[in-house]
Amino acid sequence: MTTDNTTVQALIAQASGLAPTLPGAGLPWLKDLRAAGLDRFAKLGLPTQRQEAWKFTSLRPLEKVSFGPAAESAPVSIDRIPSVLPGGPAHRMVFVDGRFRADLSQPGALPAGVVLESLGEALARDPDRVAGLLGRTATFDSHPLLALNTAFLADGLLLYVPRGVTVADPIEAVFLGTPGSAPAAWHPRLLLVAEENAEATVVEHHLGLPGATYLSNVASEVVAGPGARLHHYKIQMESLDAFHLATATAHLGRDATYDTFVLNLGARLARHEARSVLDGTGITCRVSAAYAAAGNQHTDFTTLIDHAKPHCTSREVVKGVIDGQARAVFQGKIIVRPDAQKTDGYQLNRALLLSPQAEINSKPELEIYADDVKCSHGATAGELDDDQLFYLRARGIPIDQARALLVGAFLDEAVEEVQVEVVRDHFRERLHRVLEGHR
Amino acid sequence: MAATEQTLDTVRELTEQKYKYGFFTDIESEMAPKGLSEDIVRFISAKKNEPEWLLEWRLKAYRHWLTMPTPDWSMLKYPPIDYQDAYYYAAPKVKEGPKSLDEVDPELLRTYEKLGIPLKEQAILAGVEGAGDTPAIAVDAVFDSVSVATTFKKKLEEKGIIFCSISEAIREHPELVRQYLGSVVPYSDNYYATLNCAVFTDGSFVYIPKGVRCPMELSTYFRINAKNTGQFERTLIIADEGSYVSYLEGCTAPQRDENQLHAAVVELVALDNATIKYSTVQNWYPGDENGKGGIYNFVTKRAACRGKNSKVSWTQVETGSAITWKYPSCILQGDNSVGEFYSVAITNNMQQADTGTKMIHIGKNTRSTIVSKGISAGKAQNTYRGLVRILPKAEGARNHTQCDSLLIGDKCGAHTVPYIESKNRTARVEHEATTAKISEDQLFYCRQRGLSEEDAVSLIVNGFCKEVLKELPMEFAVEAQKLVAISLEGSVG
Repeated sequence: MTTDNTTVQALIAQASGLAPTLPGAGLPWLKDLRAAGLDRFAKLGLPTQRQEAWKFTSLRPLEKVSFGPAAESAPVSIDRIPSVLPGGPAHRMVFVDGRFRADLSQPGALPAGVVLESLGEALARDPDRVAGLLGRTATFDSHPLLALNTAFLADGLLLYVPRGVTVADPIEAVFLGTPGSAPAAWHPRLLLVAEENAEATVVEHHLGLPGATYLSNVASEVVAGPGARLHHYKIQMESLDAFHLATATAHLGRDATYDTFVLNLGARLARHEARSVLDGTGITCRVSAAYAAAGNQHTDFTTLIDHAKPHCTSREVVKGVIDGQARAVFQGKIIVRPDAQKTDGYQLNRALLLSPQAEINSKPELEIYADDVKCSHGATAGELDDDQLFYLRARGIPIDQARALLVGAFLDEAVEEVQVEVVRDHFRERLHRVLEGHR
Repeated sequence: MAATEQTLDTVRELTEQKYKYGFFTDIESEMAPKGLSEDIVRFISAKKNEPEWLLEWRLKAYRHWLTMPTPDWSMLKYPPIDYQDAYYYAAPKVKEGPKSLDEVDPELLRTYEKLGIPLKEQAILAGVEGAGDTPAIAVDAVFDSVSVATTFKKKLEEKGIIFCSISEAIREHPELVRQYLGSVVPYSDNYYATLNCAVFTDGSFVYIPKGVRCPMELSTYFRINAKNTGQFERTLIIADEGSYVSYLEGCTAPQRDENQLHAAVVELVALDNATIKYSTVQNWYPGDENGKGGIYNFVTKRAACRGKNSKVSWTQVETGSAITWKYPSCILQGDNSVGEFYSVAITNNMQQADTGTKMIHIGKNTRSTIVSKGISAGKAQNTYRGLVRILPKAEGARNHTQCDSLLIGDKCGAHTVPYIESKNRTARVEHEATTAKISEDQLFYCRQRGLSEEDAVSLIVNGFCKEVLKELPMEFAVEAQKLVAISLEGSVG
């Protein structure tokens, strides 16, 4: 692992320069946490393909860009950003170039005790609330991107839902990237906490204005208490010149339901890594994704589902289409720990290759140390079925439309995994617009 | 499952006499000095009167090996191997190389007889060995570092088939050996293969000429006998255009407390329209129930389907060895070539296996099938690790992979690590894997019909493995079925 490349050096210098100015710099625990993250990142450097977890995704293109800090509040309008709810968002938090924009946000009316604010505000106003939670699941010992995110830990989203409370409407977090004068990097952190029997839906929108080159290194930390129900969705439509690297780490308690889905459509290089620890009995965990990659896009969906306790169910459905010279990666690992009996794990990965240069690398992995379990996975790769195309064409549907229909139907099966209906409908619509050629 | 007094007794009995090949033959051996160095490489080469080019190749490999790190990516845990604490050459002492079977040391013949390997042609031909219509099998017997006998050579020669030890092939057919040795597994391939290139001692060589269908099964029987020796054999099989050969490989070793190293390389070359069927029943000493002793089995097996319509089929039943590290692979270069991999890997007690295959699709319409059955019992760890790679020019390539794992007991592990890489849209790749345990219903059904618990498990497991076992040649299939049952004895209760 080398730390002599300029991107890494620039990021290290930037983080150490910023440290004293970040919110909560006076708090010893936070100062130490950031310093530890920086120290770790300096040691690890950016991941390379020599590491098994990054075998199929190269961050080389990243090393050719030198990322500076984001410019102060770019003037933007968010009128055109669609909401999950037909009538406009109920709760919307907006971040432009990684910075929270109170002027664009509307937290809306929330049940008593629910905290929805920017992490920057939380650190400045009430740091004790997040003291024990930040860094709890985002452990960075062997994870350079989380270490880097920790070194820059300053802004992002805090959602805290107290015991027994339900937030009915989806909470939308919009992350918008704008074309600055020079490439910039930001490292937002999301901290989503649902206490016992609480329920909430969070939808992350990651968007970029055309032509914007930036690195968005997102870390989401999820803590779901006993019986909590957390629906965590994401639509990624970054600028086609941007790099989107996200890591979502979840710690789930007894009888919790964690339902996460990622719709990956944008960015030149996108990676979403989801790591969930099922640390209680009776948990249901769904980690699914759909992606469409074209041109020279590279999209990577990597998951780890850690069945630490017995009687849990996990389900994973990942489907994608790859066109142009795009490359897609799926790495899914299910671990069943020695005493996690009665585990039910299911994993499906299917890819459609639409062009001669498209490429898929898939690695579905099972690591099982308990005997009374039911675990299966399936993976396929291939092209559109000629018979299906013929069927449609025989009915007078032009070839392009027939293909679009089949591709749409193929991806819809994954979108079906979204449990919240309004979000499911919204994602389906967005997906179909992209497939029809409207970005 | 509650263990009754009776099952416990049966288990005790079985574990005590489980490994029936654990005996040691007291035979005088000629050994190279202990340790590994350039001198040892030269010693082995000199012992075998090898040509200069081969010595150079060995030395090149040895020097390269010194620069290589030990691979650590597998899911195997074992203490570092001290490569200086082993003998790299051990040969049963003979005054001169035996000219015919009659001159082979009777002690050796008795050893093979005890193992159930017939080395006496007459006996087989007369039908003494078993039922009257037992098909004849030509055997190359490798004892520690050298091949001690090859049967049916004459009969095979009539058809132009060359079947002999690789040492003999180096002397008698240097042009063939030089052309193909290292052409599938190059000297720099991987840590254990490179070590093998430097110190390989013997192995089998097969050449099937154009258009010839080998009239009998060819077989090599590997036996590690001497203490503290490593066995490094090298097998090279060439099937020329339009030929067919079925090859079997069996292995055993005495029961010892120390671990012994076995690092073999097998290279197969199939030219246009040729078919090679390679079957292995690996039953090296697995160590005792506490994980003491046993063979470390680090094997590189690879086939090159160079010609059009060529086909290579690997079938393996892996029941032995403390550690198995083995990935028989196919490079599907010729258009329409076919690769198959059928595997049963059974690990019990403290055994660890990390095994699977690689199918590299290069040519058009290449097809591969992978069926892997992993069974893990006791405290064993069993990993399937496989790669299916479709290169851009492999139009119409097709792969189907199925790997199933069965867990018996709650202390063992079963893992699946498949890599699927497709760079051609017309290729279709399918992978499915399941993990489960023997269902209570199945057990109950058998028990209700009066089968003992152990017999029931053996029956169910044999059913689980059937898809693979049916690929084995007849004689082996019967043995393999018994082996499956024996390997699992003591795992229930």
